[in-house]
Amino acid sequence: MGILEVKGVNKRFGGLQALGDVNLSVKENTVHAIIGPNGAGKSTLLNCLVGKLIPDSGSVMFDGQSVLGRKPHEINQMGISRVFQTPEIFADLSVLENVMIPCFARRDGAFRLHAYETVRREAGIREQAEAMLADVNMADKRHMTAASLSRGDKRRLEMAMCLVQTPKLLLLDEPTAGMARADTNNTIELLKEIKAKRDITMCIIEHDMHVVFSLAERITVLAQGTPLVEETPENIKGHPKVREAYLGEAQV
Amino acid sequence: MDAILIQILNGLDKGSAYALIALGLTLIFGTLGVVNFAHGALFMIGAFCAVTLQKILTISVTTIDPERTDFLGNPLKVKTPYVENWFGPEIGAAIVDWAVPLAILLAIPVMVLVGFVMERGLIKHFYKRPHADQILVTFGLAIVLQEIIKYFYGANPIPTPAPQAFTGSLDIGVWLGFDPYSIIYPYWRLVYFFFAGIIIAGVFAFLQFTTFGMVVRAGMADRETVGLLGIDIDRRFTLMFGLAAAVAGLAGVMYTPILSPNYHMGMDFLVLSFVVVVVGGMGSLPGAVLAGFLLGILQSFASMNEVKSLLPGIDQIIIYLVAIVILLTRPRGLMGRRGVMEE
Amino acid sequence: MLGLERKDTLLLIVVAAITLFAPIILNPFPAGSALAQFNAGYPDLMQRFVIFGIFAIGFNILFGLTGYLSFGHAAFLGIGSYSAVWMFKLLSMNVIPAIILSIVMAGLFALVIGFVSLRRSGIYFSILTLAFAQMSYNLAYSVLTPVTNGETGLQLTLSDPRILDGASTGGLPVTSLFGAEMRDTTTLFVGPWSWDFSVGYYFSAALMLVAFYLSVRIFRSPFGMMLRAVKSNQQRMNYTGLNTRPYTLAAFVISGMYAGLAGGLLAAMDPLAGADRMQWTASGEVVLMTILGGAGTLIGPVLGAGFIKYFENIFSKINDGILHQWFAFMPDGLENVMVAVIHPFIGKGWHLTLGIMFMLVVIFLPGGLVEGAQRTGRLFRRRDRNADHVESDAARQRAAAE
Repeated sequence: MGILEVKGVNKRFGGLQALGDVNLSVKENTVHAIIGPNGAGKSTLLNCLVGKLIPDSGSVMFDGQSVLGRKPHEINQMGISRVFQTPEIFADLSVLENVMIPCFARRDGAFRLHAYETVRREAGIREQAEAMLADVNMADKRHMTAASLSRGDKRRLEMAMCLVQTPKLLLLDEPTAGMARADTNNTIELLKEIKAKRDITMCIIEHDMHVVFSLAERITVLAQGTPLVEETPENIKGHPKVREAYLGEAQV
Repeated sequence: MDAILIQILNGLDKGSAYALIALGLTLIFGTLGVVNFAHGALFMIGAFCAVTLQKILTISVTTIDPERTDFLGNPLKVKTPYVENWFGPEIGAAIVDWAVPLAILLAIPVMVLVGFVMERGLIKHFYKRPHADQILVTFGLAIVLQEIIKYFYGANPIPTPAPQAFTGSLDIGVWLGFDPYSIIYPYWRLVYFFFAGIIIAGVFAFLQFTTFGMVVRAGMADRETVGLLGIDIDRRFTLMFGLAAAVAGLAGVMYTPILSPNYHMGMDFLVLSFVVVVVGGMGSLPGAVLAGFLLGILQSFASMNEVKSLLPGIDQIIIYLVAIVILLTRPRGLMGRRGVMEE
Repeated sequence: MLGLERKDTLLLIVVAAITLFAPIILNPFPAGSALAQFNAGYPDLMQRFVIFGIFAIGFNILFGLTGYLSFGHAAFLGIGSYSAVWMFKLLSMNVIPAIILSIVMAGLFALVIGFVSLRRSGIYFSILTLAFAQMSYNLAYSVLTPVTNGETGLQLTLSDPRILDGASTGGLPVTSLFGAEMRDTTTLFVGPWSWDFSVGYYFSAALMLVAFYLSVRIFRSPFGMMLRAVKSNQQRMNYTGLNTRPYTLAAFVISGMYAGLAGGLLAAMDPLAGADRMQWTASGEVVLMTILGGAGTLIGPVLGAGFIKYFENIFSKINDGILHQWFAFMPDGLENVMVAVIHPFIGKGWHLTLGIMFMLVVIFLPGGLVEGAQRTGRLFRRRDRNADHVESDAARQRAAAE
């Protein structure tokens, strides 16, 4: 029984069957990749997991509870954090504040009217955030405005914002999309580091085979909204069905 | 039945004005992405074009008529407008009488010019600024324009009558087989409605059938891509601003016989026109026109005595109430596109 | 002090000192001198400074922090005024219950209007708030006349019950704080100067300081940080496990309560309430104040409110006669030209000046007066440093020459 269990999920957009009977099981403490050519339904699937879309049928269970019908913030409070294709951060706030906000969200829940308290006095939260920033080598940038960070640092910051919440499941939506080779390798290293330091389940949606094979322990191949195979990276490489799906798409 | 019909008719002229202003607002928003709070001021400037022309045409020369005397026995001073001296009494009087329609000829160049100056001089610098800034600067401009008009024309409404030929009313009831005088409708309101129809049709035809219009429509849908095609979209959009200004101005010129122009008429119409635009759906031209007429007619229905006795005060709030209901049930308005102005 | 950082404490002390000595500071010119028309230290105007300061501080909590631009905040101001006047009519001329009711009523209305309006963002939110405010305004003018007294406005009458005060004898009673009448003014004459110390002003000023202090606390609180986060990135908020709706609603209600307090105070200073206070131009005015001062800054809204109210008062008082006095030193022709040029901007033309000023600020100083002050400050500091460089260079050259 995996930490995330997706059973028989269907999603239609008008006449287009975006997801057809998707089954997926992500085991605890593994890195699970979902790959597939463009339009395979990867992003739709991800959006169904985080509450942005609601599937037409099927079930999505996380840690023994259904996520369906819950709003994104409720799903996050269950222990799922999400990294976006282009980093979503609080650009106008300082780096430290960016990391403190998720700490508050974990401690105080989805809403609290802490209008008469003072941020400066929240030593516990501050230490937690600073420790996290040190962890991703950004301690020296904590007073910078997030908007002024380099692209790579923005990605790092977003990861820090997710990780500081100690999620049970970290969803990554093409974390290296549009990156140069060097940046991609840095991201891979960052993710490996993260994985080595703590118990965490990751689910990566990715286009770049290099990233997938460097990180994933299990791979699900999605094509035209349906999972083709679920295998270990070694077994995926030569799999005929995968070759077929990717023909002309990428070298496998 | 005739009561309902008369309310629909009564709603048409206000609805026409809303539709014309909202059309211009939407054009500007759709093409330039600018929320123009000064658009009501353009409507007002149009109306004052009519006032100005009327004043110019009635500039008179004073002569003394020795044949006639006033009640004190002095020789009578007679004021004769210059136009009557130049063109003869009949033609001259007709020209003065037709001041409002003639003002269209004055309003078109004036409004296009005002539009150009506004766009090049001010709005241009606000394309990349947040919508809040655009709202604020155009709001400031609206105040300035209205105060300038107030300075030159005073605070009181200035009557500008329609030509004699249109001062009567049409007994529509008789046409439709009701009793005589059951539905009477002033000619000028009918003129205004048809005028609005022609302008709206003209704008749509222009956008639909000319290459220029096609480019503009494409630009409204996806500005960046059109820009990438190497088309100078900015210049066309400047022209669109002039066009939108002219539409608002003409709406103002022709509205003067219905409502004597005053300096704050622009603001009065602006608030409602914005509600109209939002109800129609930000960025949708047919939506703006549809919502304009819809709200005009609804407002007219709400001011029926039968309705007012049932729901007191409804005539005061109907437009806002409808706006709230529509925005809550149809987030993007009646015909709005996804993703417009949601940030 | 008071749970604030040093910098904020200092700001609070400066603001407190200025409000305390405002009757003196704002009357720098001797009474009866030619410049006395620039004095602003009379109770009525000073009360408006602090009351509209409160209004703008509250508006800034919503607009400055969350970025939600409400075009209907005047509705809460009006509701505050009506509530206060009703309290004066029914219960007592003491201002405390009146102001409490103003805040509560404005808060309740803000809760309902905010709950509905905040379902949309961007311009849709602005239009929804505008629609609600215009509805309130129109209704106050028409069918709600039994409550609002329509066009005439709600006023005190001799036949009001005033349960706690008992029957009033003689004329209309006046508002008071446990016996201290709001209109009571002590005038101090020092040489040619005269300074007015009014109970009403100090009462409003004290509340303004409390309001300002609370807004500083909100700005520095985790809640304030969340509101800035809402402005920055709502999507990230949601995916961080935070529900944005209650945060924005809380900000909306708080700022509505500030507006209610301001409205209540207006009525406490002068016990009448009219629908005009709810009109959208009044909503526009508070937007202007906040932007002019600097949205999202602590002190900006107060500055903006003071600035607009001061110039409104001064500009609308100046007339051609005064202009002729000013330019009397010029040759006659030039004098007349100058007067003619300035004429449109003064007296009734004040709104023209306001519009132009407002445009200039939005165009050149989007951060408002506060940003302007900061820029000027930086400019001077840089110039000083450059001057230092020049001097040290010169010193070095001299040293080398010797």
